[in-house]
Amino acid sequence: MKIAEALEIFSQTDPGMVRSHNEDSVACEPACGLVVLADGMGGYNAGEVASGIAVSVVVTEVSHRLQNSSPVDRVENSGEELGVSLLRDNIQKANASIFHAAQSQPQYAGMGTTIVSGLFYDDRVAVGHVGDSRMYRLRGEVLETITHDHSLLQEQLDSGMISVEDARLSKNKNLVTRAVGIDADVDSEIHVHDVLVGDIYLLCSDGLNDMVEDDDIQSTLYALQSNLPLAASQLIQMANDNGGRDNISVILIKVKGKFSVPRGWLAKLLNWFEK
Amino acid sequence: MAAKLILSMDGGIIKEYPLNKERMTIGRKAHNDIVIDNLAVSGEHAAIVTILNDSFLEDMDSTNGLEVNGKPTKKHFLQNNDVIEIGKYRLKYITDQITQTTPEDFEKTMVLRAPVKHEAAAPGASKAVETQSFMAAPAVSKPAIEIAEKTGKFEAPQTRVVTQPATPAKPAQPAVSASGEAPAGAQKQVAVVQVLTGPNAGKELELVKNLTTLGKPGLQVAVLTRRPHGFFITHVEGENFPLVNGRALTNQAHQLNEHDVIELAGIKMEFYFKG
Repeated sequence: MKIAEALEIFSQTDPGMVRSHNEDSVACEPACGLVVLADGMGGYNAGEVASGIAVSVVVTEVSHRLQNSSPVDRVENSGEELGVSLLRDNIQKANASIFHAAQSQPQYAGMGTTIVSGLFYDDRVAVGHVGDSRMYRLRGEVLETITHDHSLLQEQLDSGMISVEDARLSKNKNLVTRAVGIDADVDSEIHVHDVLVGDIYLLCSDGLNDMVEDDDIQSTLYALQSNLPLAASQLIQMANDNGGRDNISVILIKVKGKFSVPRGWLAKLLNWFEK
Repeated sequence: MAAKLILSMDGGIIKEYPLNKERMTIGRKAHNDIVIDNLAVSGEHAAIVTILNDSFLEDMDSTNGLEVNGKPTKKHFLQNNDVIEIGKYRLKYITDQITQTTPEDFEKTMVLRAPVKHEAAAPGASKAVETQSFMAAPAVSKPAIEIAEKTGKFEAPQTRVVTQPATPAKPAQPAVSASGEAPAGAQKQVAVVQVLTGPNAGKELELVKNLTTLGKPGLQVAVLTRRPHGFFITHVEGENFPLVNGRALTNQAHQLNEHDVIELAGIKMEFYFKG
């Protein structure tokens, strides 16, 4: 099945109840199975600028490269899959352009953004992220966070210093330990996960998961999986009903069919003729 | 202002201690930051680790232990007005840091910059602090030290934004209590859907969750959502839309009133409040 037919994608973003403007950016490129979400930070409109640059660099560059090559190709030097290296390289590229904009224009000084991106190919998803924007996966009835926040709170959780229950009371929720555009280099975390038909993936900014408990996210995705637009607006509505203190963005991806890359000489030959 | 501890005995205040160090110790011996010269107190009785705005209390294997708010505790994440009891002595924890439930605390996300490449540099860099093994469990102590050390060099980044207006653009939802519970009106009563027709006639379904789905998946499904200001019904899937009091729903959520009759997949049911 072609990637665009195998996935159903829906995204929505909302400023929330308190903030006057929306510093989140989202973009989806169904033709190559790419989704990107970023949560910007910085004064005036710098947050929007940073998240906007991050999303557009990654979407434009990755989809451009994939017009003429396949994400399962191997990169010459490293032997890494192209899908993985494209995410890493372009998060780095986004980092460089935000960093340079911030250096050269005083009103953008210090701006930065989180990013979470997913590239679906060959019955897998490569997930690249920096900061505390998340990707969740609902498989069957089980909701799992498949990214690991780069935040002070997460580090405290990992070290056992604070329990999951206590974490809700923490006053250090808004401190990320990594961000795109803050330094000359960025260390993005990239993992590849197998994808099953029926999986639902959720990318979100912390405006969702700070306001809505994971249990409620799970029950919403599970109950409303047949209607992604409704599921997205329900998630945003719950965040707003609980106070909506930050911008809320969600991207939902439903896997409707398998999308493995055809292998073998015949497939390659046919593919070659198509070009 | 930093948080502080107020030491008292039998209602008489002895001294105030600001929590101005990353780690403060409490004990009988003179080298402690807070010295309590009483034989019931161990030489090194307890320690308080403060990371930015959060303080954690730990019992250092003391002979007589300690209590927080009347409960024996080994480790505790301190909250404003907590009372620590060591023998006859009481230490009250006071912090004027806003709690997580106020909107101002959802200040814009900031980046916590690690001044050193922490993973790689950790063994050498943590040398200086290694002597302060402040965690009870040895396995836990090392990463915690790294964090404490990192936060010690915390620099307020330029991204910190002061643009947050003194009062939020919209008042933060007075109807919602901090815990996200339904408001008083909906709390006392339990909303119920009773089946009126079909094989399950007479059966009651209590709407205790935030989200309840009704109907047959693949055929016709609607969702009942609990919100701060009442219950709503929304169409999820199926060609036919549910009827409320004989009128078909649109794509929008519809607020339910007491004794509304819902018709879904040929089954009629009534919505009302019980108790």
